[in-house]
Amino acid sequence: MRILLLALRRLAASLPTLLLILVGLFLLLQLAPGDTVDALVAQMGGGDPAMIEQLRSFYGLDAPVLVQLGRYLLRLVTLDLGFSAIYGKPVADVILERLPVTLLLMATALSFAFAAGMGLGVVAARRVNRWPDSLISTLGLVFYATPSFWFGMMGIVVFAVRLSWLPAGGFEEIGSGNEGLTRVLDIAWHLVLPVATLALTYLATYLRIMRASMLEVMTLDFVRTARAKGLGETAVVLRHVLRNALLPGVTLMGLQAGTMLGGSVVVESVFALPGLGRLAYESVVQRDVNTLLGIVFVSALLVIAINFIVDMLYAKLDPRIVTGS
Amino acid sequence: MSLLAIEGLTVALPKGADRPHALESVSFSLKAGEILCVVGESGSGKSLTAGAVMGLLPDGVVATAGAIRYLGRDLLPLPAAEMRRLRGRDIGMVFQEPMTALNPLRSIGSQIAEMFRTHTRLSGREIDARVLALLEQVRIPDPAAAARAYPHELSGGQRQRAMIAMALALEPKLLICDEPTTALDVTTQAQILALIRDLQRRTGTAVLFITHDFGVVADIADRVAVMRRGILVEQGPAAEVLNNPQHPYTRALVAAVPPLTPPGRPSVTGAPFLEIDRVSKTYRKGGLLRRSRRVTHAVKEVSLSLPRGGTLGIVGESGSGKSTLARCILRLLDPETGEIRLDGQDRLALSKEALRREARRVQMVFQDPFASLNPRRRVGELVAQGPIIHGTPRAEAMERARELFSLVGLDPAALDRFPHEFSGGQRQRIGLARALALRPDVLVADEPVSALDVSVQAQVLKLLVQLREQLGLSMVFITHDLRVAAQLCDQLAVMRQGEVVEHGPAAAIFADPQHEYTRALMAAVPGKGWTPPVAFGSEEAA
Repeated sequence: MRILLLALRRLAASLPTLLLILVGLFLLLQLAPGDTVDALVAQMGGGDPAMIEQLRSFYGLDAPVLVQLGRYLLRLVTLDLGFSAIYGKPVADVILERLPVTLLLMATALSFAFAAGMGLGVVAARRVNRWPDSLISTLGLVFYATPSFWFGMMGIVVFAVRLSWLPAGGFEEIGSGNEGLTRVLDIAWHLVLPVATLALTYLATYLRIMRASMLEVMTLDFVRTARAKGLGETAVVLRHVLRNALLPGVTLMGLQAGTMLGGSVVVESVFALPGLGRLAYESVVQRDVNTLLGIVFVSALLVIAINFIVDMLYAKLDPRIVTGS
Repeated sequence: MSLLAIEGLTVALPKGADRPHALESVSFSLKAGEILCVVGESGSGKSLTAGAVMGLLPDGVVATAGAIRYLGRDLLPLPAAEMRRLRGRDIGMVFQEPMTALNPLRSIGSQIAEMFRTHTRLSGREIDARVLALLEQVRIPDPAAAARAYPHELSGGQRQRAMIAMALALEPKLLICDEPTTALDVTTQAQILALIRDLQRRTGTAVLFITHDFGVVADIADRVAVMRRGILVEQGPAAEVLNNPQHPYTRALVAAVPPLTPPGRPSVTGAPFLEIDRVSKTYRKGGLLRRSRRVTHAVKEVSLSLPRGGTLGIVGESGSGKSTLARCILRLLDPETGEIRLDGQDRLALSKEALRREARRVQMVFQDPFASLNPRRRVGELVAQGPIIHGTPRAEAMERARELFSLVGLDPAALDRFPHEFSGGQRQRIGLARALALRPDVLVADEPVSALDVSVQAQVLKLLVQLREQLGLSMVFITHDLRVAAQLCDQLAVMRQGEVVEHGPAAAIFADPQHEYTRALMAAVPGKGWTPPVAFGSEEAA
């Protein structure tokens, strides 16, 4: 009951956030010079003013800004994201085509970064100031300090070009007709480099957070109590330290979901993946306002959803949250 | 044969510590069914002794000589796995902080059940039944609900009961209690002490009880061992050590325990200088839904007064509203209703601007000497800061800080040091100098000695008495400790749940408490039946 209440409250709090993001972005795009029709006309190599006017009224671009915004928000309520003038089909379709790639990339990278970062953090904390800790911490610093596009390029150079172990880009072998398990394996094989590239930076953050919070929790009184009960070191870590130490990392996961979406733009570009990040980049270049707004809407939903899940997870992990004390 | 015999135990500290050995050839023994109190101040090595018995010394701290014999077997050379089997099953332990000593993310029941799961092969149902029985045994209200509850849902006393239930789960032959009641209120402390004594008598467990409080020792100990800087200075039967202490350090410790009777200072009379008139302060906790809103009456219709040069003691347990009232007097908090008049002027009616000017008239000394001084500023600046803000030229303010330092018994040359270079007692003196720098009319002291060691506490109390005489200070003294209140206050107000249940001259209240709550508080004071044989403050440790 309490947790349900918390869920409702969190959901209600996220609605204004969503609205603010959409309005802010819409107005920002209005301030930028040029619109979809300008881009279209430029692609066509010019056109007469009458046709341009006609195009503008066709796409509803001649109405006042507020009216355009109102129309857009109204349509959003019915989940109608509008029509992409560039792709010539509904924005919803364009996004749906690209969404699974990005979701898969993000989910895999986030899970990998979280799991590996936490694991390495635990190992480093258990062997603090000895060689495994030094090695892991140094590695973490290297991961953290290196920009991800460089990782991507080096990955391509070493593993795809020199060693030919992994593909240099793409989501799957096009036209191979793979189905079922072979297709899954093919996609997994294609995603190894992109996921690693996207995950490494985040992994380093989780590692450092986990190491620090493990070290802190290890000094707390209840850990001493657990030892006084006669628990072995492994049992102490598993049953008492781990869950307490996980909390900061879980908080961070919610915060990073947004930045990860941004990071996927770079990775998708480097590895030529047909994902949401690249779509966003192309829409900006092509002034495809509808698609761009659609992407922002979907990614805002995504980030809000992830944060919601994280909040619930947090409430599940920490009984003190729900009672509000 | 004794159950536990510690023979010539020496424990080395890591290099760079303030002394090479945490413990130096400590020897004592404990028989079955006996309560041995190990008494000492912070840094005496009393907790490390317990840690050594449990095999739980901090990293870098190792026993270098001696033996810890449990039923004749030396524990020191035992392999870790063997030691783990003894811990919890043969030797149970209860810690000081009941809040932090329990894992906040796991229910009480599961944490107690862990004892059985680690050391026995009982079935899940059997374990649940045992857990319930244990919680009943330590007299927790509604044991079934307590087993499901998380630590934050229980009160401090209930948490400590759960800790005791956990430590006694496997009926250990030896129970180590490390200051188990220090963090609790007096009445709760009395109940927990009674519980430990009761369980110990019924089960015949031997108890190694670590404490800094001679009152507690008087209540519970069969035998006493006194420690100082890693050396056991005196041990013997409780009656012997308490009533006829031999070692100068033991005598000094005993002399530092304030007796429960006021020293008989002529009561200060005169027109009320500080008047607290029907002051109320509530805390509200907002919520989206009406039923989740909570209103706490922290201070309810409190009326008190204090003559010039008098000392008003406000006594109460945690949650009684005494600190809130102190903050209202300073106007760190704004009460909803009532008046607080200082020399006829209503401080609650002052505008923000006027209050800033008038702030110097009431100054405060805080409880925690470690948290109440900004660690990044030199102590001289901390003391001079107030006068400088109020327009005193810097050089003059620093000169005044120098004077104040010698007044509170600190070396004036230490003005440009940082707070971390001082001990707890010295820091409290700095806090006092800071409050006095503004030449206040009223000094509000919120538990100024409760975070200090007993001997330091006695020194600071003495200083407060001396300053009061010297400067003609009026003081509001907030404390949970009736012994301290008896020494310092001529007026006393007893608070419970935001209300003053009894107030009047301190001597009268101590002689004949009227309200049942005051009587309960008096009855709960540890060691009330024991009168320290050495006069208060007459002897000090070298």
